[in-house]
Formats: sequence, C-alpha cells, structure tokens
Amino acid sequence: MPRVLLIEDDPSIREGVALGLRRRGHEVRAAGTGEEGLALTDAFDPELVLLDLMLPGINGVQVCRRIRETSLVPIIMLTARGDDFDIVVGLEAGADDYIVKPARTAIIEARVRAVLRRRPDTPGRHGVEHHGELAIDRAGLTVAKNGERLALAPSEIKLLLHLSAAPEQVFSRQQLLESVWEHSYHADARLVDACVRRLRHKIEDPAHGPRYIQTVRGFGYRFGPL
Amino acid sequence: MPSRAPFGLRTRLIAAFLLVAAICAVSTAALTYRQARSAVLTQSQDTAVSTLRDQLETVALTLPLDQRQLQRVVDEVGRRGKPHPWVVFGEYGTLRASSADLGSPVSDVLTDTLRSQVSTHPHGAFQRVTDDRGEPYLTIGMPAVFLHNGAREATGAVLYAVMPLSTEQQTVDAMVQAAKQGAVPGLAISVVPALLAARSVLRPVRDMRRAAQNLGRGRLDTRIEVRGADELAGLARTFNETAGALEESVAELREAEARARRFAADVSHELRTPLAGMLAVTEVLDEDAEQLDPDTAKALRLISAETGKLAVLVEDLMEISRFDARAAGLNLDDVDVAEAVGKTLQRRHWDDERVSTDLPEGVRARLDPRRFDVVLANLVGNALRHGAAPVRIGVRTAPAPEGERLVVEVADSGPGIAPEVLPHIFDRFFKADAARARSAGSGLGLAISLENVRLHGGTLSAANAAEGADGFGGAVFTLDMPLEAAP
Repeated sequence: MPRVLLIEDDPSIREGVALGLRRRGHEVRAAGTGEEGLALTDAFDPELVLLDLMLPGINGVQVCRRIRETSLVPIIMLTARGDDFDIVVGLEAGADDYIVKPARTAIIEARVRAVLRRRPDTPGRHGVEHHGELAIDRAGLTVAKNGERLALAPSEIKLLLHLSAAPEQVFSRQQLLESVWEHSYHADARLVDACVRRLRHKIEDPAHGPRYIQTVRGFGYRFGPL
Repeated sequence: MPSRAPFGLRTRLIAAFLLVAAICAVSTAALTYRQARSAVLTQSQDTAVSTLRDQLETVALTLPLDQRQLQRVVDEVGRRGKPHPWVVFGEYGTLRASSADLGSPVSDVLTDTLRSQVSTHPHGAFQRVTDDRGEPYLTIGMPAVFLHNGAREATGAVLYAVMPLSTEQQTVDAMVQAAKQGAVPGLAISVVPALLAARSVLRPVRDMRRAAQNLGRGRLDTRIEVRGADELAGLARTFNETAGALEESVAELREAEARARRFAADVSHELRTPLAGMLAVTEVLDEDAEQLDPDTAKALRLISAETGKLAVLVEDLMEISRFDARAAGLNLDDVDVAEAVGKTLQRRHWDDERVSTDLPEGVRARLDPRRFDVVLANLVGNALRHGAAPVRIGVRTAPAPEGERLVVEVADSGPGIAPEVLPHIFDRFFKADAARARSAGSGLGLAISLENVRLHGGTLSAANAAEGADGFGGAVFTLDMPLEAAP
C-alpha cells in the first residue's frame, strides 16, 4: 500500500482527506505544518507527498523546494483555484501535479494513482536507447547524460519517455496532459510548460537553444530532431 | 466633441459689440451733422435774404422800369452780396437783366417753384438748388415793393440773387469727413474692449466645458477655479458643488458594491475550507450508508449529495468573485477546436444522439481550454436541461477586420426562451421558471460563461431560432470570440 504524506494545516481537510485515503487502502501520515512535514519526509519515507500550498510557518512552495533538494518523491500540491501564482511557483519548485480543493476522495486518489503509476514499458523496446548525449533506460526508468545519471522527478521522466518514444512527433499540451498526467483534455497547460522548463534545465545544454525538447509554435512539443 | 457652430460665442459677442458701437457712432455723427449743417446753412440763408431785402429797399425805383434802370438796380445790388458774392437777376414784365455777364440774362437755376413762391410772398422766398454739375446754390427771390397804406404792394419787379454755397458745402463735407475719420478708428479701437469682454466670458465657459467633459469621462474629482463674484463665478461654484456631491455618492456606491463583493468572496472563501473536509469524506458516508437503517442511510445520502452541490455552488461563487475583482486570467493554449468540443462532450457523456455536431476539421484556436470547456459544458448542459434534445453545436470561423473570429452556436429543440426572460438570461441566480426554485446547476452557469467569453474578448448572446422547415425553433446561444485570444 502506498505511503502517503499529507501536509495540510486545516484539521478538517487533513482528517477528511486522510480518512478517505486510508479507507482506500493508503497508509497515510498527516502533518499540520511544513516543519513537521519535512521531519516526516525523512522519518516516514513516503512514496508520495500531498502538499497544501498555504501553510503557516514555512509555506508549501518552500517545503516543496526542500524536499526536492534531497528526494524525487512525487509531490502533488493541494491548492484553491485562483491561487494561480502559487500554482506556477509550486510547479517551478518541482511539484509534479496539483489538485484544486475542494475535491472528492475519488479524484484525489485517481490523481495519486496516476502520479504513482510507472509507465508500462513500450512494447518491443528494451534496453537503453541513445539520443544524442542522452541514454534512456525505459525498463529501469533512468536517464543518463554523458554517462551521468540525471535526477528527474516522476513527471519529468514520464514526459521525457513519452516524447522520446515517438521522436519528431508533435504532441499538443492537451494530449500530453491526457497521456502523461492522466488529466482531462481541458486541464492546465501550465503543468506541461513548467515540467518542460524543469526538464530542459536538466537535460539541455544551457549555452544553446533546446535540442531535445523542442517547442512547435502554435502546436506543442516534440522530441528532436537531433 | 460636437462641431462648433460657424458663428461661435466669441464671434457673436464681438459682432454685437461692434454693432452697438457702430450704431452709436453713426447716430451721433448723423445728429451732429444734421444740426451743424442746418445751422451753417440757416445762417448763410438768413444773412443773404436780409441783405437782399435791405439792398432792394435802399434802391430808388421809378416806375415803370425800363431796361436801363433795371440793369442799374441789378448791378448795384449785385455788387453787395453777403455773406458771399452773388449774381443778381432782375425781371420786370418782359424785361430781363443780370449783374454778371453770363451771356444769358436768365439764370438756369431759378425754378418755377421759386417764382411762384415769390409771387405770393411779398417778403421774398428762397430755395436751395444744385445745378447740372452738382454745385449747390442758394436762390433768393425778392419782389420790389412799396408801402401803400401800411401794406406792402408789389411793384412787379422781382430781383433774384443766386449765391453759390460751395463754402458751406465744403464745411459740411469737412464735417462728414471728420465723422468718418472719427468713427472708423473708434470702431477699430472698440474691438479691443470687445475682445476683452468676450475673453472674460469665454474663458470661464471654456473651462466649464472642459470640466464637464472630464466629468463625463469619469474623472469625478474635476473642479473649476472660481474667479470673481459674477454670474459665471456662481455657475462655477454650482458646478463644483454638483461635482462634489456626485463624486461623493459615486464613491459611496462603489464602496458599497465593493463591500458586497468582498463579502461574497469572503463568505465563499470561509465556506470552502470546511467544505473541502466534508467533501473528502462524503464517499465514506455513501459507502457505509447501505449498512445502516433506511432513515439514517437516506439522511446520510442527502448530506452527501447536498455537500457536493454546495461545493459546486461555492466554487462558482468564488469564480464569479474573481471576475468581479478582475483577478481572473487566461491560461492560453493552442487547441484543435473540433477536438476540444469533442472532448467536452465525451467527458460528460454527451457524445451520443442527444447532441449533434458540425465541426470543421483543422480549425486551431488560441484560448483557455478550461474556460472554453466550462462555457461549452454550460451551454450544452443548459440546452439539455431547459431546452430539449437534440442539441446542435455548430462551429465556424468568420473573418473580421481585427482578426479571424471563432463562432460557436449551440441550438436546442425546445420551445425557446420566453421574450421577457431573454434579457435576463445571463443574470446571476436568474430563474426562468419561478416554480422551479432549484435546478441542477448553481444558477451561475450562464453568468460564468458570459464572463469567461468576455475574458477571451468575445461576446455570448442568446436568441430564439426562427421556426424553420426542420421544426427547430429553440434557443440559440452564439459564442463569438477571437480565434486567437490576447493574454
């Protein structure tokens, strides 16, 4: 059963969400503050973090950054619609997805499962693929650049795997939201853009323009051509 | 700004001022001229008439006169003209004599009128005439008389004196000239006070017009500088007081409105947190309800269902509050319109025979996908709930000067919208049917749709389709927005 760490300051939401997830078989630990949450991240070693952005003390975005410094655990932000700025900052800080409160447990759980889901290996593709300086291991879900393993967050590696599975094919943001994030078609394209920025930061050569993840204006993104 | 009249206030003021000045100058000059002219002329006439009479009386006459004597009398009198030299003509029966050697013993400026007057006036008569060349003359006729029993009896001899009035004419001409020379510069000088007067009236008027324009543009803090204590200053003061009162009441209204909106936003915000907790556990209630007694189960299901509706309502209120606070922004993305419409229908399981679509291939638009989905879902949901299936969705593009437009029409097969309802269809919490107090939606769906479309720079309108041959006469909602929304 997945271990979920819930960091949420409001007791009713904390208890409600924890109760709902526990009943669905998750092992949930809840923290009321960012500090408590960071302590539990080390002690509990969660498989996923549900993180409220509006926290007293150190806020959600800072917690997100601190977690990302040491861990690639999937992070889902809990936000209210309208907190647009916080959503963008949270995504830049390394969060993989976000859920707008209030949300039913079914929705939260679906999102949790989507983030935790490891991409089934593309049939007929095994071993390590080489794209320029990148070595992508689809089975092991690892990516290396010039032989050095890259620390990619779950959403980043999923996006890279999806794009590189069909080099030079253009994917719209909506298609990527559906297939990588398992969101609805009309979801927030900023998820894709933020993830692409983070991914580029890790795999692209900063001296040149994007080589692996290319923007196709008016359409979306594609992998290559190299 | 309305175009100015061809004759503005300034022109009219100056014209009126000049007109008054001209009338004054002309009438003064005319009166003076008349008086002076008659004074000059009367004096000359009186002198001449009395001189002629005196001369005639001092001349000894022996009747009957002969040509020689008549000539002598004429010559004698002719030498003593006053105030100017004159020419004297004598007439006695058929005899004619003249003091000047003019060729003709009869003057051509003596008129029959004068002659007839002389015959009836023993004291003589005079007349002012001009000759062919326009030269003015004074002609005097004086009958020679003798006293008989105290009465003046005519001798039959008449002397006519013709005196040129050119000197008087010159004097009068000089007066006219002086009047002209005085009036023109006077009029020219009077332009200066006219301009000053016009300015002193026009400046406050111009200030006031500018201030009124500013006020109309919404700058309610506009005030006019009050100068002096005349009527215009009074008007300016009244204007300032009015503007002040207006500013105050508008500020109060805005404050009240902002308070109301803040209150709505605050209430929604406060409701959201407890709702989030409740919504997370409604499924627990739903799942466990089966094991409880029927009443408890019913109650729990009711709570669960209403919690869900409340959550939707609160979210919609928050959304409206963000529009009111202008805090709503667009997250634009490039989408295939046909695909976006298809996904909206598919997500809500409307992709069956209830909804038919006419979607052109390959139309790409730049819009906020979530908001577009909200608008379309509201329109189709509304059509299915309040109208009737089948609902038709038509998508097309239309060229426009400022860029191509995306036009989406959602038409249902219901009875249409009542005409009295149509203007309020986008109002918040508007219920077309008063009896149906609550519908499935929050009552904010169309209001939110309208705001979402406006955010894209578009319009959303409702109408009823004309009853066509295909039997369609239902409501038609038309969304018209730029194909590429500006962020």
